Amino acid sequence: MIKFILARILQAIPTLFVIATLTFFMTRLAPGGPFDAEKNIPEEIKEKLEAHFGLEKPLHEQYFLYLGNLLQGDLGPSFKYMGWEVSELIAKAFPVSAQLGLFSLIIALVLGLPAGVIAALRKNSAYDYCLMTTAMLGICLPTFVLGPLLILFFSSWLGWLPPLGWYSFADMILPSLTLGLFYGAYIARLTRAGMLETLNQDYIRTARAKGASPIRVVLRHAIKGGLLPVVTFLGPAFAGLISGSFIIESIFFIPGLGRFFVTAAFNRDYTMVLGTVLFYACLIIILNLVVDMIQASLDPKSRDR
Amino acid sequence: MSIESAKSKDFISEDPSGSSLWKDAWIRLRANRLATISLYFFIFISLLTILGPEIITFSYQEQDLNNTFAQPGADSLFGTDNLGRDLFARVLHGGRISLAVGFLATAVSLVIGVAYGMTSGYLGGKIDALMMRLVDILYSLPFTIFVILLMVLFGRNFILLFIAIGAVEWLTMARITRGQTLTLKKAEFIEAARALGYSHSRVLFRHILPNLLGPVIVYATLTVPAVMLLEAVLSFLGLGVQAPMSSWGSLIKEGSEKMDIAPWLIFFPGLFFSLTLLALNFLGDGLRDALDPKAAKD
Repeated sequence: MIKFILARILQAIPTLFVIATLTFFMTRLAPGGPFDAEKNIPEEIKEKLEAHFGLEKPLHEQYFLYLGNLLQGDLGPSFKYMGWEVSELIAKAFPVSAQLGLFSLIIALVLGLPAGVIAALRKNSAYDYCLMTTAMLGICLPTFVLGPLLILFFSSWLGWLPPLGWYSFADMILPSLTLGLFYGAYIARLTRAGMLETLNQDYIRTARAKGASPIRVVLRHAIKGGLLPVVTFLGPAFAGLISGSFIIESIFFIPGLGRFFVTAAFNRDYTMVLGTVLFYACLIIILNLVVDMIQASLDPKSRDR
Repeated sequence: MSIESAKSKDFISEDPSGSSLWKDAWIRLRANRLATISLYFFIFISLLTILGPEIITFSYQEQDLNNTFAQPGADSLFGTDNLGRDLFARVLHGGRISLAVGFLATAVSLVIGVAYGMTSGYLGGKIDALMMRLVDILYSLPFTIFVILLMVLFGRNFILLFIAIGAVEWLTMARITRGQTLTLKKAEFIEAARALGYSHSRVLFRHILPNLLGPVIVYATLTVPAVMLLEAVLSFLGLGVQAPMSSWGSLIKEGSEKMDIAPWLIFFPGLFFSLTLLALNFLGDGLRDALDPKAAKD
């Protein structure tokens, strides 16, 4: 197991290097600079600003300087939020996004897993058709349609919930629901497929033949195998929750990392863009590793790899 | 060699006795009611968006400031927006762009993915390992982030949109194609073709390519809605197509900003977009069951 984790961490290093290089040159080759937007600054001040951040040096020098700092864990100062380190900004914005992602994931699991299990147990019944049609609708109703519609319904018309912000618990309901419903729908479909496959296995028949109650069969025997596709999906789902948060955060005006990232890219805040991309990449790599470990513990066959 | 490859280009028209698979698949697809309805619905939407803007007399750009935020009714089927533009015309026109992006970007990813996967699988050995290692590395990149970054940094270029999205979506296509090629390569009829002295390009294009099309088509059908979704996400963030052009994504964005005054502005584009995605997903599922009966478990 330790060997497996070490191998994965070693694999991650070239990936992160590629990401850092790609992002660095992409941002620098793009037209515009971080201090172009400010209209009223004299040329000499702009030059001083650029000198302060080392932007007057040749590109390759900047690149190696950045990589050097990166190796020491220094993401550099933000170009736009004067006096802020990129790492400080991430530390401030990420907990908001993480909270949103976590709530959404909980909603998705709480709705999706039971729906999938019920649909599989009552295959081809009215329950099954209702649940699966709802799930398909959930998948095809994009978050940027569902979100505004939920706002329209629950805050504009009914006035029950606040339409935007991120201060109280009530603020968190609509955004988490918007994001969670989509993944819940997906998880419901995966759970159903996984459960159907598992319920046909010999060991389930054996358990039934030995007189285990239907609930025991599901909870003790079937669910472990039936959840495998869901666990596999969780890796990409985390990545999706992160990128989905761009949309959700812009609909509901949530001060999370997704909004910081998009704003930073618009502002040509080079270090902030690089820092955020690398942070996301690390996060995805770590989450994928965790998902693989859970999978290995559930499915002995995948352990050899 | 050159004659061979020239010949091999029209492998579809020559149709080397593979028609029964497709006929079978068609019959199975027709038996699936949901997929058939989806297919017809999708054809209907496509015709509507392609022909509609040519037929209706008013343009999607035409403004009528005396008739802003008109409710849906006899005058304008879906109502009008803040500039008095007819929403029906705009939805049809937006659908054109959305579908065009969906299909063109899928085509880009299809060509790259199939070429890459076939090369990798057919050559095998160290080259295969190297090429797939590259795909693995690319897989772990946070691609949505890169697409957003690309669109922000280099402006909202329409061509760039295809390239960016196509570049994201080809990876899975390459993996599927490679897996299929690896299996097919060991099949007896391929060995027979090689033994008859056919060139590599003839074997690849006449014998391997037609046989791996099934899964590739299924995945392509499911890629189209994924691409349309990505385009809509970009348009929603203000990074996709620019005014006065509109896609369903940008219409939804406009609608969401004005939905308190005019809820129909988000309702109709959202409805068209969601229904099209729904139809494409059902169609993809149906095609998978039709082309690969073994995979259809229930």
